Amino acid sequence: MQWETVIGLEIHAQLATRSKIFSGASTAYGAEPNTQACLVSLGMPGVLPVLNREVVRMAIMFGTAIDAELGRRNVFARKNYFYPDLPKGYQISQFELPIVGPGQVEISVDGESKTIGVTRAHLEEDAGKSLHEDFRGMTGIDLNRAGTPLLEIVSEPDMRSAKEAVAYARKIHQIVRYLGICDGNMQEGSFRCDANVSVKLKEHTEFGTRAELKNINSFRFLERAINFEVERQIDLIESGGKVVQETRLYDADKDETRSMRSKEEANDYRYFPDPDLLPVEISDAMIDDVKSALPEMPDMRRDRFESDFELSQQDAESLTASREMADYFETANAIAGDAKLTANWIMGELSAAMNREGRDIVTSPVTAELLGGMVRRIADKTISGKLAKDVFEAMWNGEGSADAIIEAKGLKQITDTGAIEAIVDEVLASNPQQVENYRNAPDDKKGKMIGFFVGQVMKMSKGKANPQQVNQLLREKL
Amino acid sequence: MMHEKSVTELAAGLRSGEFSSVELVEHYLERIERLDGELNSFITVTAEQAIEQARAADARIAAGDAGPVTGIPIAHKDIYCTNGVKTSCGSRMLDNFTAPYDANVVSRLRDAGAVMLGKTNMDEFAMGSTSESSFYGPVKNPWNTGRVPGGSSGGSAVAVAARLCAAATGTDTGGSIRQPASHCGITGLKPTYGRVSRYGMIAYASSLDQGGPMAQTAEDVAFLLQAMAGFDERDSTSSDTPVPDYSATLEDSIEGLKIGLPGEYFDAGLDEGVRKSVEEAVELYKSLGAEIREISLPNTGLAVASYYVVAPAECSSNLSRYDGVRFGHRCDDPVDLEDLYKRSRSEGFGAEVKRRIMIGTYVLSAGYYDAFYLKAQKIRQLISDDFRKAFEQVDVIMGPASPTTAVALGEMADDPVSMYLSDVYTVMTNMAGLPGISIPVAPVEGMPVGLQITGNYFDEARLLNIAHRFQQNSDWHRLMPEGV
Repeated sequence: MQWETVIGLEIHAQLATRSKIFSGASTAYGAEPNTQACLVSLGMPGVLPVLNREVVRMAIMFGTAIDAELGRRNVFARKNYFYPDLPKGYQISQFELPIVGPGQVEISVDGESKTIGVTRAHLEEDAGKSLHEDFRGMTGIDLNRAGTPLLEIVSEPDMRSAKEAVAYARKIHQIVRYLGICDGNMQEGSFRCDANVSVKLKEHTEFGTRAELKNINSFRFLERAINFEVERQIDLIESGGKVVQETRLYDADKDETRSMRSKEEANDYRYFPDPDLLPVEISDAMIDDVKSALPEMPDMRRDRFESDFELSQQDAESLTASREMADYFETANAIAGDAKLTANWIMGELSAAMNREGRDIVTSPVTAELLGGMVRRIADKTISGKLAKDVFEAMWNGEGSADAIIEAKGLKQITDTGAIEAIVDEVLASNPQQVENYRNAPDDKKGKMIGFFVGQVMKMSKGKANPQQVNQLLREKL
Repeated sequence: MMHEKSVTELAAGLRSGEFSSVELVEHYLERIERLDGELNSFITVTAEQAIEQARAADARIAAGDAGPVTGIPIAHKDIYCTNGVKTSCGSRMLDNFTAPYDANVVSRLRDAGAVMLGKTNMDEFAMGSTSESSFYGPVKNPWNTGRVPGGSSGGSAVAVAARLCAAATGTDTGGSIRQPASHCGITGLKPTYGRVSRYGMIAYASSLDQGGPMAQTAEDVAFLLQAMAGFDERDSTSSDTPVPDYSATLEDSIEGLKIGLPGEYFDAGLDEGVRKSVEEAVELYKSLGAEIREISLPNTGLAVASYYVVAPAECSSNLSRYDGVRFGHRCDDPVDLEDLYKRSRSEGFGAEVKRRIMIGTYVLSAGYYDAFYLKAQKIRQLISDDFRKAFEQVDVIMGPASPTTAVALGEMADDPVSMYLSDVYTVMTNMAGLPGISIPVAPVEGMPVGLQITGNYFDEARLLNIAHRFQQNSDWHRLMPEGV
């Protein structure tokens, strides 16, 4: 039997505002429990929500970036259910009229492009956290996170493999990071993916019963959780069972999903418009304002890198993976004046060093300015590519700029023809037998044999002689 | 006697040095001590803080920095959060709750120099029309202690009527200021929705709740409202419409004023005595130069039913926060989360609150939402349209605040539907968000009757002007119950 997987994702992106969505309390991560829980976060009797306008701007940015329709009249609704970390007994969310309507993003898997539909994205407040450890027989409640703004991004069930789901999640991640509206930190829960997964026979058009997978905190786990779930569902159906609609938790340690609650236990959320908040009207002026301040998006930037810098599609893709990476490249290249060489250094030595030392493009000790300064010296032949590796190493260790290191270590390339000629003459004079052999050899062997003389010259010059010039002089004199 | 004076008269006495705020406060505290045992209008008396605030007020008066309410002893309905003071909302659920902050109304009045004597009794979570559903026992009407004072702001109405304070705050979701004001023979104003901040006012039905003042006279109410009204950035539904000087227009002529009398407010359900009193009051207005017009508010008949869908719907959600987790009543030794929720809420809430939570939960449920909640919202729009059309013809609308005078204690205890129906004249105003005032007119068989005047949006100054002109030409607001 030929099975087909159908996946839709619900992504919760925590919006990078300083204060909460309906109060002035801080949203900073990692504070002592309940130190960022103001009266509103605590759901005290008599307190009222006041919308943080910044979240509306951020949602408009996202909607614009995925070419979506924007909800001009936004109504906040109450989603009612009881849970200890939900202080008011309801979550303020959007129901019938979300701020971001249908849009789409392009993904690429194994060189194949595909369009994934985004059904909607809406604003809502996060709940707090229940702490089950540390309290014998009790549960602790931390309401620091309660009221943190979230943008819930709901996709169409357009993905047909775990790989596509990961590519889509990465694309959304890239977009919100580029826009600067979410820090994208999955470990801290600022970017969370829930996956709706079902399977069906390939020839069937109707979707199977889906399970919703929760508790996935990395792209790697997203792929694993989906793959596990797909296999589970296929095994179940093939052995005569039936998939039930339910929420399943992914356990990364055991690499499995297990049932959390079934649909029968699901709440009737009794959504209704929140009477404490007025509808938010979005004007053309607000949209124009956001559009004019929108940063260049990853796909556009990738295309520009390809055309402006004559980079391959793959290089352009890698260099625009994150906004920080792309900014790094552009800064370094502006100094270096050689895009291809700059790209090679970033994706080669720099990436290797970052991987080795556990740094990223933002925390790299070799800044874009430093790298650009060094590549410039390779491009203008001040140093050879080989010596540049030593310069890079020194820069990584904090020894200063490329120019300072070249100066201090005397690494400047010898390009003075007279000086190189003197060394060439000396090498030829002290190796008469090899000169003889070379001259008697057939032309097709000479190419290889000249390497010996080049090596000798470079050795005598401590690697500083310009290799092109050395080659040229040797050919003339031999 | 000091307690017989209105706020206006007391303010004059304070400024002239006839008496100090401390003396005034001590006088009222003594009266509360002596009389409130039977009336039960206060849940909490804050004697020490009151004396302290009175001293500060006296210093302000001495320094020439006094406003019209500086040094005036008032009481707050126990629905307003008061920093460091128990705020119970008349419920066992919040019997142990000390608010950690002040409501906007409370801080505004304090900043204006008013002295808080304490917190007044009320129907539990403001749900009721008799002030009998309080965890702290029923409030008694000082005109006849066998009768209810109306509700839900019954404690405030009684405290003012029995002269246990000079003025008080109330809240009005479906008539909770106007109806007890009517039953107790005082003046009570429900402002336009959004005129007074709801911040710190414990929510019953957020789209209908509105705070307002209760006092002996319209002039007093104007002074109180002046301090209470205004935009508050912490309440998204509060209005930034400028607040006029309410006392500046009190004396304006009402010559040519167009008064509308809706036929629906004078139908078969209206007590004959109440009808006569209201008609007499209208006659007085005629003699002051007003024109009377018959009008129609055709959707009046739908008001109670739709109100009792919208208000419970919002209440069912607003009261979800009382779950025994962070504050308020928590049951003993819960075995698990569900037990904690069930027992804390079953024990913490009284019967009327539970009834409304259940109704509200039902009307918002999947499958019933359209038939109930959405339909009620549509009726709400129709009611607003009725008023909009009426205000194209008239300046204000007059009628009774309640179909009868105060009922006997316990009379409606087992009959919630007849209690709901008695809200017929007041809920209309809340559904439309309009301002309304109730002023005392001729009593019926010794029990007070209120004339309700409904105005257009943000037309409080006109309502106060009209009420004041009436009070300049009548003495009903001067009547005091015997035995106090």
